[in-house]
Amino acid sequence: MWYDISRKFVYEWLNLSGNLGDIVHFFIYDSIKILALIVVIVWVISFLQTFINAQKVREYIKSKHPFYGYLYAAIFGVITPFCSCSAIPLFIGFLQARIPLGVTFTYLISAPMNNEVAIALLISLFGVKITLAYTLFGIVISMLGGYFISKLKLEKEVLFEIKPIENKAQNGQKLSIKERILIAKDEMIDVISKIYLYVLFAIAIGALIHSYIPTGFIQRYTDNVFGVFVGVFSGIFMYSNAIAIVPFIEALVAKGLPIGTALSFMMAVVTLSLPEFLMLKKIISFKLLTIFILIVSFGIITLGISFNYIF
Amino acid sequence: MKIEILGTGCAKCKALEINAKEAVAKSAKFAQVIKVEDINEILKYDVLSMPALVVNGTVLSSGKVLSVDEIVNLLKNA
Repeated sequence: MWYDISRKFVYEWLNLSGNLGDIVHFFIYDSIKILALIVVIVWVISFLQTFINAQKVREYIKSKHPFYGYLYAAIFGVITPFCSCSAIPLFIGFLQARIPLGVTFTYLISAPMNNEVAIALLISLFGVKITLAYTLFGIVISMLGGYFISKLKLEKEVLFEIKPIENKAQNGQKLSIKERILIAKDEMIDVISKIYLYVLFAIAIGALIHSYIPTGFIQRYTDNVFGVFVGVFSGIFMYSNAIAIVPFIEALVAKGLPIGTALSFMMAVVTLSLPEFLMLKKIISFKLLTIFILIVSFGIITLGISFNYIF
Repeated sequence: MKIEILGTGCAKCKALEINAKEAVAKSAKFAQVIKVEDINEILKYDVLSMPALVVNGTVLSSGKVLSVDEIVNLLKNA
C-alpha cells in the first residue's frame, strides 16, 4: 500500500519520470519504511532491555556449567546493548566475578556482532531464514572463539590486576511499566537522532545503486571467495553503525552482491572496530588482541563463504 | 555533596557530565562534579555499563545518559 502511495506521489504529483523518478521514489519509499521500522524496533527492544542489566547477566553466566557459560554469554551478547566504552569495565567486571577468560571473550565477540536492532531489520529486509542462520552463526562463532581463547591459556596476557569485587553496585530500584515505557521512548529518540542522517545517506546511496547499476553487474565481480576477504578487510576501517549499514547492503544484494559477502562486510564493520581495539589495548597484550582479531576475522570470513555457498 | 561521573571517555559519558553540571546549577546545591576516567577508580564501584552516576559514593544509575531533570530529581533525594 505504502509502495503505491509513494509511487503516485513521485510519478503523478511530482511528475518525475525515468531514472530521476526511480531514485526519488526508491529514496522516499525506503526512507520512510526503514525509519518507521527502526522506530518500532528500537522502542520495543529498549523496553525489553529495561528488564536486563549487566550485573544480572554476570550473575547468571557465573553460576553455570562451562558449556552453558559460553552459550549464555553468546545469547546475552545478542540481547544486551553494547557501547564500546563499556568494553573495558565489562571485560574486567566479568573477570572479577571469576568468569573464565574464554567466556568473557565470547560475550565480547557476540555483543557487537549480533546487534539486536540489525537482526530485527534483517528479518524485515531479507527474511526469517537468512536472519536466523546469521544469528545462529554469530552465536557459534563467538562460542568457538571464546573456547579457542580459553584453550590457548592466555590469562597472563591480561595486563591488569584483577581484584575481587569489593562493593556491590546498588541497582535494585524497581521500575513501573510506565517508567519503562518512558525510558524506551527516550532511548528510541536518542538512537534515532544519532543515526537518522547515516541511515538516510545509506538509503540515498542505495537509491543510486538501485537505479544506475544493472542487475547482475556486481555479481560478475563479487561472486567469488576473494570478495569476502575484500569486504571484511574494508570493514575494519569503516566505523559505522550496523543499523545504517543494513539499507546499504540491501541495495547491493538486490543488484547481485552475494548475501554472504554482504553480511560478512556488515559483521566486519560492526565487530572489527578500531576504537574498540584501542580501548582493549589498554588492558590486554598485543598478542591477545591479535588473536582476538584473527579469530573474529576467521569466523566472519567463514560465514561469508558458507552463506554464499548455501543461499 | 560529591558527584562522580564514571566513564572511559565516550560520547555518552561526556553527555552525562554536561547534564550533571547543568543539574547541579539548576538545583542550586553545593556540589562538585568529578569526571572519573581511571579504570581502577571506576572498577571500585562494580559498574559494568558506562556511563554511571555516583552521588556520595552510591551508584544511582549506570549505562544511561540521564536528562538534566532526571538528575535534579535524583539529587533532591540524595
